[in-house]
Amino acid sequence: MNVQISPDKLKAKDYATDQEVRWCPGCGDYAIVRAMQNTMAELQAPPEKTVFISGIGCAARFPYYMATYGFHTIHGRAAAIATGTKLANPDLDVWVISGDGDALSIGGNHLFHVLRRNINLQFILFNNEIYGLTKGQYSPTSQIGTRTPSTPLGSIDNPASAVEFALGCGAQFVARGIDSRQKHLPEVFKRARAHHGASFVEIFQNCIVYNDGIFDHFTEKSVAIDQQIVCEHNKPLMFGQENNKGLRIVPGQMALEVVTVGQNGVTKDDITIHDETNKIMAHLLADMKSPAFPTAIGVLYCNQKSTYETAIHEQLKSEIKNKPEADLNALLRQGSTWTVD
Amino acid sequence: MEGATTLSVDKPVRKELEDVVVRFAGDSGDGVQITGGQFTLTTALAGNDFTTFPDFPAEIRAPAGTTFGVSAFQIHFGSREIRTAGDAPDVLVALNPAALKVSLDDLDKGGLIIADIGAFTERNLKKAGYDTNPIANDNLGDHRVIAIDITKATLEAVKEHGLSQKEAVRCKNMWTLGLVYWLYDRDRQPTIDWLNQKFKNRQDISRSNVAALNAGHAYGETMEISGERSAYTVSEADIPPGLYRTVTGIEALSWGLVAASQKTGLRMVYAGYPITPASAILHTLSQLKHFNVITFQAEDEIAAVCAALGGSYAGALGVTASSGPGIALKTEAIGLAISVELPLIVINVQRAGPSTGLPTKTEQSDLYQAVFGRNADSPLAVIAARSPGDCFNTAVEAARIATKYMTPVMLLADGYMANASEPWLIPDINNIEDMKVEFHSETQGFHPFQRNDDTLARSWAIPGTPGLEHRIGGIEKSYTSGDISYEPENHQIMTDIRKQKIDNIARDIPLQDIETGEENGHMAVVGWGSTYGPINRSVQRARSNGKKVSHVHLRHIWPLPSNLESLLNGFDKILVPEMNTGQLVTLIRSQYLMPAIGLNKISGQPFKVSEITSAIQKHLES
Repeated sequence: MNVQISPDKLKAKDYATDQEVRWCPGCGDYAIVRAMQNTMAELQAPPEKTVFISGIGCAARFPYYMATYGFHTIHGRAAAIATGTKLANPDLDVWVISGDGDALSIGGNHLFHVLRRNINLQFILFNNEIYGLTKGQYSPTSQIGTRTPSTPLGSIDNPASAVEFALGCGAQFVARGIDSRQKHLPEVFKRARAHHGASFVEIFQNCIVYNDGIFDHFTEKSVAIDQQIVCEHNKPLMFGQENNKGLRIVPGQMALEVVTVGQNGVTKDDITIHDETNKIMAHLLADMKSPAFPTAIGVLYCNQKSTYETAIHEQLKSEIKNKPEADLNALLRQGSTWTVD
Repeated sequence: MEGATTLSVDKPVRKELEDVVVRFAGDSGDGVQITGGQFTLTTALAGNDFTTFPDFPAEIRAPAGTTFGVSAFQIHFGSREIRTAGDAPDVLVALNPAALKVSLDDLDKGGLIIADIGAFTERNLKKAGYDTNPIANDNLGDHRVIAIDITKATLEAVKEHGLSQKEAVRCKNMWTLGLVYWLYDRDRQPTIDWLNQKFKNRQDISRSNVAALNAGHAYGETMEISGERSAYTVSEADIPPGLYRTVTGIEALSWGLVAASQKTGLRMVYAGYPITPASAILHTLSQLKHFNVITFQAEDEIAAVCAALGGSYAGALGVTASSGPGIALKTEAIGLAISVELPLIVINVQRAGPSTGLPTKTEQSDLYQAVFGRNADSPLAVIAARSPGDCFNTAVEAARIATKYMTPVMLLADGYMANASEPWLIPDINNIEDMKVEFHSETQGFHPFQRNDDTLARSWAIPGTPGLEHRIGGIEKSYTSGDISYEPENHQIMTDIRKQKIDNIARDIPLQDIETGEENGHMAVVGWGSTYGPINRSVQRARSNGKKVSHVHLRHIWPLPSNLESLLNGFDKILVPEMNTGQLVTLIRSQYLMPAIGLNKISGQPFKVSEITSAIQKHLES
């Protein structure tokens, strides 16, 4: 069932399986799987060491289309299963593929803990602000007023912000991408994979059937360049048609504002430099909403911390070193014993 | 005290007894479990057979003096084979009125009560629900009473060691133990050694405890000299030769899992979430990291089973344990393990339910849950341990089945055997059958659901293996390719195969044997799990009265042993005692269309021998 892999250089198509893709025509997921296959080829990722683990939902079909190892599990639990896989074999490169319902509703608890523990894996959340596979109910990221079969009068609960949640959980790598940005998305995937720890990536993904165009106000071609800002470490936070708009800390406030270089005395030096190790900055960027602000994509936050499975295996190694006599027969005979003749 | 005779040994005169039941009872903070543990150790060293029953409240420190805060430890020991913790204590050590209140009805007629009258204050009497002091007013009927102000005697004994009042009072459990040691002619030295080791950094405490122990013992000697009471002795039991230790079910389960990990050659990934009474397995395994055991305290029960399954997916021996409510949460992931056909060990240390129920009390009411408790046709193997020591072999067997058949295995234990201890003939690990797992590595013609013709187990190819990249999942798989398949005929085939695979295990497990008795007769008493002891003793009693009764005890609950039906057909009546409303009995009736009779007890307490004995009697006569 596997595509024959050439011994020299793997191409993007070598990472695709022969399985018929079952997403709706025009679904944003096609773009994401293509970006992932491109990323894999670019990195020459060893297919035998790469594992995609998913929960349930449209996004969760993803592993079937990657010619690597794959495990399509149960709703919300992919992070927990991936945790066990990484504990058993930390050498595997594990990617969790999830959606907004899978990750933030039924699986919210596991997402919290996988990020908090900092398991070295990539958690990719396809956010389309809707339940697709169950035919269009509103999700935890749906905007207030979303009319769906379960909310015919419009949803009334506050939406969650995926990246704010991740930052709050203690994630050490938080990034964002957009399904249609085929050049940018592999860059985000590469950074996520390179980061040693739990890497959280939210992808704005268009559901063409149940929530079409929900991100148009910042993804639509005509507005994209003025409504998106690509965050790059140590570079000024600039954007816009003429790349003359930028973000600046409002003097005397813990807030950002959009300014234009050359207007009202604003110079390039006034523009804030992105520091991806600054968590406060990450929160401010994550919180920006179009159209008042550009939507921030790229790596919002990245900080190195030790990972859980590394610590576990260090403990294991040190115990094996300190107690080399791991003899079960001896263990059973420790303490008080007596002989019956 | 059956079989009591008077013997003349050196001095003093001690009455020889065949078996004795002693119950220590007091407040949760009185050190009752430690006292019981020490008495167990010296009993083992004295060469008796024994079974213990620790019975403690769910609350960590229940309000002092209340009946629901009573912590008890019962030990049954003797010079013959001991299979149960005993129906009725011969001796009750009551460290407060509440302890007396909750245990009095269980006490044997003529039984001895040792009461700490220092704790029988007006306040404590009221908390226990006594209007008047039953000891002062001689309201204890036929029971014999030794009423001592143990608190005062303890304070007196330890005063020279300079402990605070609070610390000094804590020594009263050792004073009590010293007295009971005298009563049954037990050696104090192992406890003295233990105290010196435990409090090696607080010599004032170890000296005080030893002083209290000796003072209690001396009190007995003085009593004896005055001729008011008799002391006893219990001879060594005739038990198979070898090296022994005491073991609890939790220890045996944990060590059995380590043995299984070594014999399969798989690293264990044990994932658990705290729940009474299963947490202790996580505690025990956490100390065994040098055996290459990975332990993981997950965020919830679901994450625990998922992490174990994720471990199995990567080629480890995935294990999780819980109790009934936690198993319920794990159910969906167990279904996934069945669907993707990965090995997984799920241990259920059963407790009394439903819901929170009685978390520290025992029951065996999760048999339906284990055998049937999943959505869809989701067969898996179910096995049950019968005693603390048997947990070891059962854990090894669970791993054998799980890895050989690529299936989850549910291992049923219960709160009683988890905490109880018994003497255990220590096994030699070298004698355990090798069950080394070979992962699939042949790329030619591979697909993930190709099967072994004999076992029907699918090939286990793990991530990291070049050329075997594949995808598995909960969606139905094609029998011929392992790819997703929605074909109606294919689902029929796969469902049939999953069932057949589990059914086939019956060919690979021992034929059901008879524990006690002949292969046919008037009645077979059929049990599973921790009812083993009381059933066996009851059957022995019935047989000594000339009844044609046999004991059949199941380890393999699903699939059932292939000869069980024909075996049971050899008996006129089938009696199935269970600590539930009748679950195995339903299984037997439905599988074999046999009119098996249930005997059911759901009080959170183990069966008494007398309860089963009278049921045998009744049904033989009807």
